[in-house]
Amino acid sequence: MIIYKIPLSSHKFQYISGKFQIWNISKIPQTKFPENFRKSSRPQFTNCPTMIVMVGLPARGKTYISKKLTRYLNWIGVPTQVFNLGQYRREVLQTYKNYEFFRPDNEEAMKIRRAYASNALKDIASYFTKEQGQVAVLDATNTTRERRGVIINFAKEKGYKVFFIESVCDDPEIIEANTMQVKLSSPDYENYDKEEALVDFLKRIDCYKMSYVPLDEEKDRHLSFIKIFNVGSRYLVNRVQDHIQSRIVYYLMNIHVTPRSIYLSRHGESELNLLGRIGGDTGLSSQGQKYAKALAEFIRGQSIKDLKVWTSHMKRTIQTAEALGVPYEQWKALNEIDAGVCEEMTYEEIQATHPEEFALRDQDKYRYRYPKGESYEDLVHRLEPVIMELERQENVLVICHQAVMRCLLAYFLDKSEDDLPYLKCPLHTVLKLTPLAYGCKVESFYLNIQAVNTHRDRPTVNRSQATLLLTIHYLLICSRAPVQKPSPA
Amino acid sequence: MTNCPTLIVTVGLPARGKTYISKKLTRYLNWIDVPTKEFNVGQYRRECVKIYKSFEFFRPDNEEGLKIRKQCALAALNDVRQFLTDEGGQVAVFDATNTTRERRETILRFAEQNGFKVFFVESVCEDPDVIAENIVQVKLGCPDYTHCNTEDAVADFMKRIKCYENSYQPLDEELDRDLSFIKIIDVGRRYLVNRVQDHIQSRIVYYLMNIHITPRSIYLCRHGESDLNIKGRIGGDSGLSARGKEFAKALGQFIQSQNIRDLKVWTSQMKRTIQTAEALGVPYEQWKALNEIDAGVCEELMYEEIQQKYPLEFALRDQDKYRYRYPKGESYEDLVQRLEPVIMELERQENVLVICHQAVMRCLLAYFLDKTAEELPYLKCALHTVLKLTPMAYGCKVESVCLNVDAVNTHRDRPSVRFTNTHPLSMSVSLVLVKQASPIINLRTLCSSFTTQFGKPGCNVMFIALHVVDNKKINILYPYSTIKINLFKSTS
Repeated sequence: MIIYKIPLSSHKFQYISGKFQIWNISKIPQTKFPENFRKSSRPQFTNCPTMIVMVGLPARGKTYISKKLTRYLNWIGVPTQVFNLGQYRREVLQTYKNYEFFRPDNEEAMKIRRAYASNALKDIASYFTKEQGQVAVLDATNTTRERRGVIINFAKEKGYKVFFIESVCDDPEIIEANTMQVKLSSPDYENYDKEEALVDFLKRIDCYKMSYVPLDEEKDRHLSFIKIFNVGSRYLVNRVQDHIQSRIVYYLMNIHVTPRSIYLSRHGESELNLLGRIGGDTGLSSQGQKYAKALAEFIRGQSIKDLKVWTSHMKRTIQTAEALGVPYEQWKALNEIDAGVCEEMTYEEIQATHPEEFALRDQDKYRYRYPKGESYEDLVHRLEPVIMELERQENVLVICHQAVMRCLLAYFLDKSEDDLPYLKCPLHTVLKLTPLAYGCKVESFYLNIQAVNTHRDRPTVNRSQATLLLTIHYLLICSRAPVQKPSPA
Repeated sequence: MTNCPTLIVTVGLPARGKTYISKKLTRYLNWIDVPTKEFNVGQYRRECVKIYKSFEFFRPDNEEGLKIRKQCALAALNDVRQFLTDEGGQVAVFDATNTTRERRETILRFAEQNGFKVFFVESVCEDPDVIAENIVQVKLGCPDYTHCNTEDAVADFMKRIKCYENSYQPLDEELDRDLSFIKIIDVGRRYLVNRVQDHIQSRIVYYLMNIHITPRSIYLCRHGESDLNIKGRIGGDSGLSARGKEFAKALGQFIQSQNIRDLKVWTSQMKRTIQTAEALGVPYEQWKALNEIDAGVCEELMYEEIQQKYPLEFALRDQDKYRYRYPKGESYEDLVQRLEPVIMELERQENVLVICHQAVMRCLLAYFLDKTAEELPYLKCALHTVLKLTPMAYGCKVESVCLNVDAVNTHRDRPSVRFTNTHPLSMSVSLVLVKQASPIINLRTLCSSFTTQFGKPGCNVMFIALHVVDNKKINILYPYSTIKINLFKSTS
């Protein structure tokens, strides 16, 4: 009996119709595997690790872009992490006195800054090698050519790709808005009052301005970078090297900072919901129809400017939108997760007819794919154009389904793959998401119409690793011989 | 996707790739279902001035020449207006040098008058090798130079470029900061993007930033013959038959013999393509997007069985194979949407071998060979045949290599007997005669299929059930249901 030490939580498995596919088989002797086990089951976005380096004066939106980009990349499945030099500084210095620390003639401070900057680079190297990260975002001003040179040399040595994102802005209103929103509430200015903080921060920006050398079209023409002017009115893109950089550029060119809100809601209670069955394509129950009317009133009450309404192609969302009496767009991508052979069954029936599928799903609900159906991972892939379009739009109401809403919510609230399939998205509740500072404010509105509860919590019974492996191995053996599955009812 | 029509205006000196970009962009937009057409002012000039004499026509002091050129531009703009307002077009590509600010002003005024959005695409290139290559590839073979020898043609063309150079005013970051444009510098080394207004412009920018002109080839083939193929059944997820396995080996040998540099291999996530790729012995990537079209309730049935069990569906599919969606399945239209990221990635890559399925291969082929939605579902994609596509000049060269391993034929031709259905239901009411006591046909399915198939946004479709008695009397029982189709296509 051969035991492979592959912890199930290491995201290296993919379930296809009850058979396994294992990724990264470089760690496993190839010869011992049956034919249908293969490498990477998704197109690779990038071969070698990529460093994204932010460039720009303070209050130009670098941290905003870093966090948003990291959230997006993690959501589409590219392990990404932000390394914010301000954090490193705060750990070294403990307390912030005033802007004098940033004066270019402050030799001692310069030494300290170079030291923690190089610590950050070391952490990035460790993130790539030990933690299997793929993208690291270095969030700092990086305003001098000398500093960027240090980073480029470091990356060259280690074999990482470098992509610069520079934010250039000279509109004083935008800078002031940024400063008010995020700087004044930062830990640096805890003991300052608002006016003093503003004065000190502006002096801080001046310290950088003198030595600021922006990325240059000519002198830096061998570097890969995007220069964002005035929050996106213009972009200069140079030498995009590979797929992930192309996706990053596309994403950056679609985001905006205009204030707006996104409303997420599920369809009204459907007839199959009442029967406790999953999937299918039924109409609304009477409670569901009441909800549709209540939703219309709620939307009218909110007085939203230029609201767009999106639904899926399934009857229950369309009927919900119909009651609003406004034009709406249907997206096939917003359809509920396809449960394959388990469509229109109750959870009890699934447990009875496909017990091992049921167990496997509880093991890794994110990656588990229903036989002839989809996984949450597939859903995320399917929803990517919806997210891109949501970023472009302003006020939108999305009427969708439980699994879909979980994926969208995970994107906006930066939830991990482990949490995503267990997010609570009850029927007859509207979530209002408003981007705020570096994150998203969530307001939940329950419209007071009774509905069934379709949520299944994460199972508490956790079998031990050892028994798990035995079961997997049993299934591995079984998968070599054709398994006669009971045909679905 | 877009509310008001968009006018894309190319800008640049001759031999900078404007027509290449125009044609490629038009092909892409039409494939993703945005009706697009390009208007090449050079064509208009050729129709007006029958014979091209020399570069003197383009000299800035040639009064007569200037008059004719302006006329041609205005004629083209007129056709643009007709296409965008009367013919239901959504994007028009105005392909000309447009090198002076004055000419661009004329176009902007025209667009404003007619309510079109304008997006400029400027190609700037100073690399003499690239320009020389362009001239050799496309200019020498064009109708202007059929009577010249190569050297004379090149010399004349270079003088032609000089005529434009003096008055060339490139789009400027400052002066043109209120215009929407993308400046492509050195064939994609650098881009300057200004004021992208809406979704379609954002997609266009993304597309333009992903294409390249490095020579390469794309190989398209289907999986080897599968067990279900032999039984004549569609869909499913079976393994290769014995002949299929032979094909996989032959494919491996063929690929080796081609000596392709850095070949990437892509398959779908279905067994038959994976098994075919396995025999090549090289790493491959699996794309769920490359999976075969989902035939829904008709999965694993034979065409004869489908005709028996779902006769109406079968007939409807033959009516409009591109838009017809299998119940609980997909349509070719859905497939195209699903394949868009694959196409985008194919544009980025260099040499790629794609092992896929019949419907998927048809969609990909339609993109590369600019086939319409009508032709797409009937393209011939036989088993055990590799298509090698090499981009060339303004199009794509296709070489078909049959690997000499027998296989069944899975192709169904366009049926010759069809209902005439040229008009989408906008004004007329169609009568559907339903025979009494017909157990197979479910009225509800009939109505919904009919609506999906023939309903046009904004019209009402009314179904009336008829009761045929003795083939003579027809009793109208009751209006079955009135289904209103709202602004965006409804399926309920």
